[in-house]
Amino acid sequence: MTMVYDDVGDEATGDVPVQRIRFTINGEKKVAEVEPRLLLAHLIRHGLRLTGTHTGCDTTNCGACTVLVDGTAVKSCTMLAVQADGHDIQTVEGLATASELHPLQEGFREEHGLQCGFCTPGMMMAAKALLDANPDPTEEEVRWALSGNLCRCTGYQNIVKSVLWAAQKLRAQAGA
Amino acid sequence: MSQAVDEIKIGGLGASRKRVEDNRFIRGKGNYTDDIVLPGMLHMEILRSPLAHARIKSIDASKAWDIPGVHLVLTGEMMATRNLAWMPTLSYDTQAVLATDKVRFQGQEVACVIADDPYIAKDACEAIVVDYEPLPVIVNPKQAVADGAPVIRDDKENQPDNVIYDWEVGDREGTDQAFASADVISILELHYPRSHPSPIECCGSIADFNRATSKLTVYMTTQAPHIIRAAVAMVAELPEHMIRIVSPDIGGGFGNKVPVYPGYVCSILASILLERPVKWIEDKSGNLISTGFARDVYLKGEMALRNDGKILAVRMHTDADHGAFFSDAQPSKFKIGLMHSAFSAYDVPVAHLTARGTYSNKAPGGVAYRCSFRVTEAMFFQERMVQEAANDLGMDQAKFRAINFVRDDQFPHRTPFGFLTDSGQYAKCLEVGLKAIDYDNFRHEQAEARKRGRLLGLGISTMTEPLGAGNSREYDILGIKMFDSADLKVHLTGKAILRTGAKTQGQGHETTWAQIVAHELGIPAEDVVVEEGDTDTAPFGMGTYASRSTPVAGAAVAMVSRKIRAKARKLAAHLLEVSEEDVEWELGRFYVRSAPDRGVTIQECAVAAYSNMPDGMEPGLENTAYYDPPNLTWPFAVYIVTVEVDPQTGVWDVLRMVAVDDCGVRINPMIVEGQIMGGLTEAYAMSNMQFITFDADGNCVGANYMDYLLPTAWETPGYELHSEVVTPCPHHPIGAKGIGECAAVGGPAAFVNAVMDALSGTGVRNIDMPLLPDRVWEAMTYRRDVSGAPPVRSDD
Amino acid sequence: MYPSRFRYEAPHSLDEAIGLLRDGGDYAKVLAGGQSLVPLMKLRFASPELVVDINNVPGLTYHRADPDGTLRIGALTRHADLERSELLRGTQPTMAAAAPLIADPIVRNRGTLVGSLCHADPQGDWASVVLSLDGSVIAQSPRGRRSIPISGFVTGPFENVLEPDEIAVEAVIPPARGERAGGYLKLERRVGDFATVGVAVAIEISGGSVTRAGIGLTGVGGSTIAATEAAAALTGRPLTPESIGQAAELAAAAARPRTDHRGSAEYKRHMVKTFVERILTGSSRRHGDEAERAA
Repeated sequence: MTMVYDDVGDEATGDVPVQRIRFTINGEKKVAEVEPRLLLAHLIRHGLRLTGTHTGCDTTNCGACTVLVDGTAVKSCTMLAVQADGHDIQTVEGLATASELHPLQEGFREEHGLQCGFCTPGMMMAAKALLDANPDPTEEEVRWALSGNLCRCTGYQNIVKSVLWAAQKLRAQAGA
Repeated sequence: MSQAVDEIKIGGLGASRKRVEDNRFIRGKGNYTDDIVLPGMLHMEILRSPLAHARIKSIDASKAWDIPGVHLVLTGEMMATRNLAWMPTLSYDTQAVLATDKVRFQGQEVACVIADDPYIAKDACEAIVVDYEPLPVIVNPKQAVADGAPVIRDDKENQPDNVIYDWEVGDREGTDQAFASADVISILELHYPRSHPSPIECCGSIADFNRATSKLTVYMTTQAPHIIRAAVAMVAELPEHMIRIVSPDIGGGFGNKVPVYPGYVCSILASILLERPVKWIEDKSGNLISTGFARDVYLKGEMALRNDGKILAVRMHTDADHGAFFSDAQPSKFKIGLMHSAFSAYDVPVAHLTARGTYSNKAPGGVAYRCSFRVTEAMFFQERMVQEAANDLGMDQAKFRAINFVRDDQFPHRTPFGFLTDSGQYAKCLEVGLKAIDYDNFRHEQAEARKRGRLLGLGISTMTEPLGAGNSREYDILGIKMFDSADLKVHLTGKAILRTGAKTQGQGHETTWAQIVAHELGIPAEDVVVEEGDTDTAPFGMGTYASRSTPVAGAAVAMVSRKIRAKARKLAAHLLEVSEEDVEWELGRFYVRSAPDRGVTIQECAVAAYSNMPDGMEPGLENTAYYDPPNLTWPFAVYIVTVEVDPQTGVWDVLRMVAVDDCGVRINPMIVEGQIMGGLTEAYAMSNMQFITFDADGNCVGANYMDYLLPTAWETPGYELHSEVVTPCPHHPIGAKGIGECAAVGGPAAFVNAVMDALSGTGVRNIDMPLLPDRVWEAMTYRRDVSGAPPVRSDD
Repeated sequence: MYPSRFRYEAPHSLDEAIGLLRDGGDYAKVLAGGQSLVPLMKLRFASPELVVDINNVPGLTYHRADPDGTLRIGALTRHADLERSELLRGTQPTMAAAAPLIADPIVRNRGTLVGSLCHADPQGDWASVVLSLDGSVIAQSPRGRRSIPISGFVTGPFENVLEPDEIAVEAVIPPARGERAGGYLKLERRVGDFATVGVAVAIEISGGSVTRAGIGLTGVGGSTIAATEAAAALTGRPLTPESIGQAAELAAAAARPRTDHRGSAEYKRHMVKTFVERILTGSSRRHGDEAERAA
């Protein structure tokens, strides 16, 4: 798979071709050596130990693995790690600064937008992509933008409220 | 003047306190099972059967062993030499861990591979060659009992056919008599289809056997860690004190994470054999096709009615399709769970229920998915029967329910099936709901719309449900009584740590249990850290499912807090140099009755417990409580939905959804509302799109997220929640009743009744869930009932 | 969840990509959006030996109208680009109606129209749309470029006519001679579902008559269906309730749906008819309005 496994193997994982890739993740520059078949989600979770991005299905439906690649929302389970070469990735761990939560994170807590928390990182990254492009969305636009992310616990109503809360705070910050 | 602390300010009962667990989840710092990495950890993947029923002629794993990075390949044969090919279930049956003689459902576990990483493990699974000899397949109860049906459980002695149990409850004679005297008999037959809880996080475990210490630690997705510890001790024949089950953060449970799955057992054996941690995380397809599903029950329901609308009697027969093994987690006394809680909110004098359970070539299960032990089925059947009965009488839906409700002055009330309900304001809840939906006006609108060819519909669903299983006289799982527990340690500085035998999977226990402590002791909720899930530290409990946590574990939290308070009172008397009888309590403080300004805070008592005890008193301020609930709690709800059905396409949209929930005292209103909305969404999903079925060969349709549909934010309706009606539970220490499953229990019938109402006049009595557009269209067009029972229809 | 092993190349030019395919061996696949290919590989329904990733090939992320009105869509144009496109909204009603209905919003950020056509999923939406517009695919190989009409592009489920050393570089929609009208309706149970039934209708109106018509059907046959008789019934006459009704009936008759868990064959045919009617009635109404305004 990748270089991150201590394979004390005998003769070998044989010639498993690996490729060297360079990318930025949450502002940090990284180099990795990965098998082509490694999914980006697994590079993030196991290679980089950033376990905030989750995997919940195997048919590209649930969106728990959503990250931003060059600012665009992408389901990281459906992108190969090698495809990240030369690109910029942002995960949930990159939302907060050293001292402050991102308004989306605050909004989800304020409006009870999560229960088990498993879909939450993906949901927030998809929401961030929405708010980056559309700082003043309607409820309908929020629901449409999040329709690629499944939640089983909340029924979405509070998730929508959380995103609108964050949108308002971001607009206020921008205005100030 | 009172110097009590402000309860809402300190996060006591009724405070919509922001959640403690959010702090890590919003940062992506949750600790779910797949996030955990142990040194030397290996990975396990499972090979599953592609066939629903087949003899295994041979398994050749030689190529799998040859793949570099593979450490172990387990087959049923190897498990059998260690007596682990079969394991006991929570319903006194046995279940295959890895198939030996034959496979009995599509997706059944046949072998597993442990390798350096899951990619290699998957490569190796693909290299295993299994030779199957197909056998005839059974996909519904009718086929199970037909002449000549193959016996699925030919592994069992004394199992000549596919019947698991026949069970009955109630008064057959009295019911028959009542039916004989009825003016109208209303009959309804339907199928509550198989559904799957499908939390987003799949099941998984990391088994870590340490040869040096002889201790087995298993991190795993489980809602009931202590039950698992006991089960593992039995199955793996390891001593219970050398087993530690740790349930970390769980990404949703809904009953899916209660049973013991073969994957857990295999990972444990693999770890013991390899002496390294072994991680097994299933994929969604494996989860959907093999883990504990829900429902799959057929109903024949009859109601004996008087012309003035009174229900004289109810008769129900249910056929439950349990899959290949009887593995439900439910109170052992009740084969079909609490199905007989049906009609508990109605003043029905007599009733009779017969229930049969059968095997089939499908994954095992039945009790799961926010069902409160089959109460979802009970209440769905009830409210569908009630709707048809009202229609048969030509009576208004709301009126029919209102005249049959148990009245406020009739409590305690013995239900026709023998439950004792103790409290409720059913009529008031209905009133609130009807007002909110503007009932009379809607009926008018509906009639006008019909003239213009638009089909509007309104559906009502009302129910009370038995939560908080349950009292030790009647309830046990595998013989273990269904109490729960709380352990509270108050430290020197008045901060505390609380552990319970429950296990939250999103219900917010870390937030709400601290609120109960705050309510009882006046310690700010933020000063109480809550832990659950580690069997080495948590007091013994039966876990979280069936909405039992607030009723049972929550009660234990209140009781242990009171034990602490009782000791603190003695310390206070000592500090204040008065006798205990002279000491009064207000929130956070003891004071001298005759001199209220003289008092000590609870924190000061805590200091004293370690530094200034009266003679003869044990130091410390820590205690444990085990709570055996005296009765079930009985929350009540009214759900009303309005819809519009497109007459050309059968597509229906929700216009409004009103929910009136009376769950007694609400610890944290924000969290309670979250639970209701989650449950309503699952109700909507079941009624609208969620669907698992099987074709004639037992192939599962709905074994991945392309086929098994969960609604997104786009389809999911908005909800109007009402909390005006509060009837505290008379026996619960803080008057709470529990809420986790209410909306999933009562919700589906509201949606279905609404669509059926829109179709009134067509003569259609039943469309099985999910009410997919093609089913609604077929019903409207041909004016006939539409069944969804397997095998799924096809051109062949 | 875990693909089998493969070799991976990420060329920086079309020629390089084609060369890799030519030399690559028996089973090579082009990776563009990856939203169809990668899921198949994860379930091991596809196990290519070589994956040629064309995302680094420049000059493929365009969609534009030539001066004569021909619409050209580059191989790396994402569904989301088309969903946001003012050009499509203003000049291509059928395409604009379909773009938001492809998969879900996040998948649309990566998936490509050209990739979707090549993937040739019988339940793919774009194929019906492009079919209704008489579109074609431009393919490039060591032998040069060729134009393949969409009607002859797909040979079966998940099979197209591209040679092993050929890459689809562009989708082409021929210019309209009249005013475009039409739409796409999809019966999906929720966002991201495959179509139970999908209908693409594209017509051109000139001098009060329908001068061109195309109808493509999704999900009601072994592959995308061109309802040619239905389209012919519209052509050469004004759009009226009669012509719409006829076309709808003929389109339903052209469908070859299967009865399955999504519904009976009869229902699906009924939905084809209903969708054709609804699209054309919407078109008819809009054109009626415009005609009134122009008068």
